[in-house]
Amino acid sequence: MSAPLDTRDTVRSLSDEGYKYGFVTEIEAESAPPGLNEDTVRFISEKKGEPEWLLEWRLQAFRAWQGMALPEWAKVEFAPIDFQSASYYSAPKQTAAPKSLDEVDPELLRTYEKLGIPLREREALAGVAVDAVFDSVSVATTFKDKLGELGIIFCSFGEAVREHPELVKKYLGTVVPQADNFYAALNSAVFSDGSFAYIPPGVRCPMELSTYFRINARNSGQFERTLLIADKGAYVSYLEGCTAPQRDENQLHAAVVELIAHDDAQIKYSTVQNWYPGDAEGKGGIYNFVTKRGACRGARAKISWTQVETGSAITWKYPSCILEGDDSVGEFYSVAITNNRQQADTGTKMIHIGRNTRSTILSKGISAGRGQNTYRGLVRVQPRAERARNYTQCDSLLIGDRCGAHTVPYIEVRNPSARVEHEATASKISEDQLFYCRQRGLSDEDALSLIVNGFCRDVLKELPMEFAVEAQKLLAVSLEGSVG
Amino acid sequence: MLEIKNLHARLGDGREILKGIDLTVSDGEVHAIMGPNGSGKSTLAAVLAGRDGYEITEGSVTYRGRDLLEMKADERAREGIFLAFQYPVEIPGVNNTYFLRAALNAQRRHRGEPELDAGQFLRVVRAKLKLLDIGDDLLQRAVNVGFSGGEKKRNEIFQMAILEPRLAILDETDSGLDIDALRTVARGVNGLRAPDRSIVMITHYQRLLDYVEPDHVHVLQGGRIVESGDKSLAAELERRGYGTFADAPTATEHA
Repeated sequence: MSAPLDTRDTVRSLSDEGYKYGFVTEIEAESAPPGLNEDTVRFISEKKGEPEWLLEWRLQAFRAWQGMALPEWAKVEFAPIDFQSASYYSAPKQTAAPKSLDEVDPELLRTYEKLGIPLREREALAGVAVDAVFDSVSVATTFKDKLGELGIIFCSFGEAVREHPELVKKYLGTVVPQADNFYAALNSAVFSDGSFAYIPPGVRCPMELSTYFRINARNSGQFERTLLIADKGAYVSYLEGCTAPQRDENQLHAAVVELIAHDDAQIKYSTVQNWYPGDAEGKGGIYNFVTKRGACRGARAKISWTQVETGSAITWKYPSCILEGDDSVGEFYSVAITNNRQQADTGTKMIHIGRNTRSTILSKGISAGRGQNTYRGLVRVQPRAERARNYTQCDSLLIGDRCGAHTVPYIEVRNPSARVEHEATASKISEDQLFYCRQRGLSDEDALSLIVNGFCRDVLKELPMEFAVEAQKLLAVSLEGSVG
Repeated sequence: MLEIKNLHARLGDGREILKGIDLTVSDGEVHAIMGPNGSGKSTLAAVLAGRDGYEITEGSVTYRGRDLLEMKADERAREGIFLAFQYPVEIPGVNNTYFLRAALNAQRRHRGEPELDAGQFLRVVRAKLKLLDIGDDLLQRAVNVGFSGGEKKRNEIFQMAILEPRLAILDETDSGLDIDALRTVARGVNGLRAPDRSIVMITHYQRLLDYVEPDHVHVLQGGRIVESGDKSLAAELERRGYGTFADAPTATEHA
């Protein structure tokens, strides 16, 4: 049975009313003048008081970037970006670095409270340490002292450069090299802040570490860098959340995340991405062009990515695992929703190098409105990766008849003992299911949300509890109005 | 409770399925609607429940004093209409208990009653489980996923027991059941008979009526009710078959 008329009508009238984080914080900011050249790079580095080696590192990246072309292989369409018109640095104005939260501008604290992220520790979420990044700088990091007692370092990237340069120098760019790709090179040149965490050998991090990214300033991009190291036998669970004001122009977010897991270490990295998606006509919204990659350097290391991608006008993102250590494990669990004019091209790369390496990919794509949703994934088994195993499952759910779902798997196997499995399904949301729910008394939207949450369940259950509830609500909000 | 007058309905492709149904169901009554395949039984159930894809061309349906046809499917459900599906639908990943609590709370909200939390709901569930011989495992599985035919039908009646509708429409609830399952389902339905609850059973065979005794029996053929009577009509049908009614003007017109 074709979609009933009123369903199609409502799909047509989708609006962005559901985006409740679209407010702007009125705060005086210090910004770099628009434009990008070596002076911009020097300006940022100087603002941050960086050592010479890091400036050199940035400049190398910038020179590489100048010779690179925008990647065009993804199934996303957008008008050319004028990289010279954006500002590459924006920071809330303050005279000196705040020593405690009391010195942080109250307007900023209120912003995070409004977002549900209280930064004062006595009010903070129990069991979650937060690094709050506002435009280009880290505003505050909670529970630092408590973590410090265990030898855990959790701070802004800028602070790590000052306080722990040996660690930054040792690991920065070792997973995502400066010239890895166009956006990673851009980030390497102009990154402003981000989070840094180091978990010492044998330590199990007792709370979730979390970064909350907020883009506020107009006409600025956000280029943060996250570097996370789990030493031998360490464990850490890391959460990342993000929102941005509702603005008519597109804003660029080009982050780089590098994870390093040594022998027997485990890193669980979860993202709930809720950047402003643009309005129903596709005006405005964040371009989320992000490079995330983890290296299982040691034997039996494990890196697990879980992402719920609901926001952004365009998502271009492939959290990947390089499985170098023998018996190491990579996992990728993903839910991506595209509604209205949103486009997502997302997936993962699992590079099997060590013996007995295993990877699991579970991708759930949901398309509504005129959304375009592509899963793109690479599974590569190198010659030395004896008995490597991969299991991939990609399921797509379509709501309405003007959206699209695409699955593009790349499989390269160079070892005959490897076992690689790929399963893919695509289905339209069934009128039978919707009617069944309605007949039990659920409204159209509750019915849809229930069915979609069920479809995503295997991914959502991988999220830490605090996030899972939030993610479920977000799925419902993202699909608001997509059935009648 | 329910008054159907000269109801005509057709499919999106223009085929007319219901050609003038008249039916009155009073409070507390159990009606059986019998008829051969293709007579319009399931269409009648779908139209009453408010399924999309049918066009009402003529007639009226009044439910507890309100124009039923003006109400959307979910509103009808919240107003107390329950359809036990002939083919219960699978909803992967959605826990059966969670589903049912969401449904019950949607109805309670509508009635201005407080919602039940997980613990309160569990107590309601426990009380009704025995009635239908349903195990805990069935509650924890995804809605109808991997259920046997019998389990699906029992689950429908279990939902009915939890939601306590005013008007229950059972669409071929007996089909595909072995005799033990049929008895269980019938016990469940009988346990739900009440002075303020009416039940319409749609069935092809008489055997359900051996266990759930109807007050009225109707024969539906060619989109019209061609004969009505008490429970003895069902026995007569069983003996003589639907061919008896082949002389009815609607049937010949349809053939």
